[in-house]
Amino acid sequence: MARILFFGKLADAAGGRSRDWPLGEATKTIDDLVSALSAKEDALASALREKSVRFIINEMIAPRDAAISDEDEIAFLPPVSGG
Amino acid sequence: MINVASEPFDPGAELSAFEKKASGAGAVVSFVGKVRAIAGGDPVKALYLEYYPGVTERSIGEIEAKARQRWEIEDALIIHRVGALEPGEPIVMVCVASAHRREAFEAADFLMDYLKTEAMFWKKEIRKSGEAWIEPRKEDYKDAARWRHPARNDEEE
Repeated sequence: MARILFFGKLADAAGGRSRDWPLGEATKTIDDLVSALSAKEDALASALREKSVRFIINEMIAPRDAAISDEDEIAFLPPVSGG
Repeated sequence: MINVASEPFDPGAELSAFEKKASGAGAVVSFVGKVRAIAGGDPVKALYLEYYPGVTERSIGEIEAKARQRWEIEDALIIHRVGALEPGEPIVMVCVASAHRREAFEAADFLMDYLKTEAMFWKKEIRKSGEAWIEPRKEDYKDAARWRHPARNDEEE
């Protein structure tokens, strides 16, 4: 079971800040995960596909085609804004 | 020092402690950012800041490291609030101590520009007319981009 975290407006679109998600055999990359998460939720689908969204696997920035597994913590980040 | 704070802080007390710690420095510059009371003509009721524990602190550490590569910094303090804030409350504080004023001014300016655009925070404004997640403005990205050019001192040497 992978741990998925959503931040900022993505948490609003996902209806929560985290979820535990069994990846299944077809979900090998972040891109696959975006497709799997988007399958049933239109609001989340469009939010996750925005170009400005960045990805983190186990606290390290990762590209969209990065490999993921069921032990990973995967975070979706919208544009940051501090200060 | 980096402090992601979930409770209010007192900028005056923080500056005073920082000055004592950096007592050998010839210059101390401090900046305090506060929650605006009005945004786009709309009264702000509250600001809510979210972060990614561990990752956010590291992202600030990387920003500070970049500043230290560029300027001779004797000491630096970065405090950033998270959680729920009211208008008027301090949200961010940056203090830089260096031998001379120019380094301290520029490093503090740099730190703020990068905190605005690269530190891992997400903020939601609760306005009278509704809620909105805030993303950096074009001006914020432009401010941060200023530092990609070589520093004036480097060019002269």
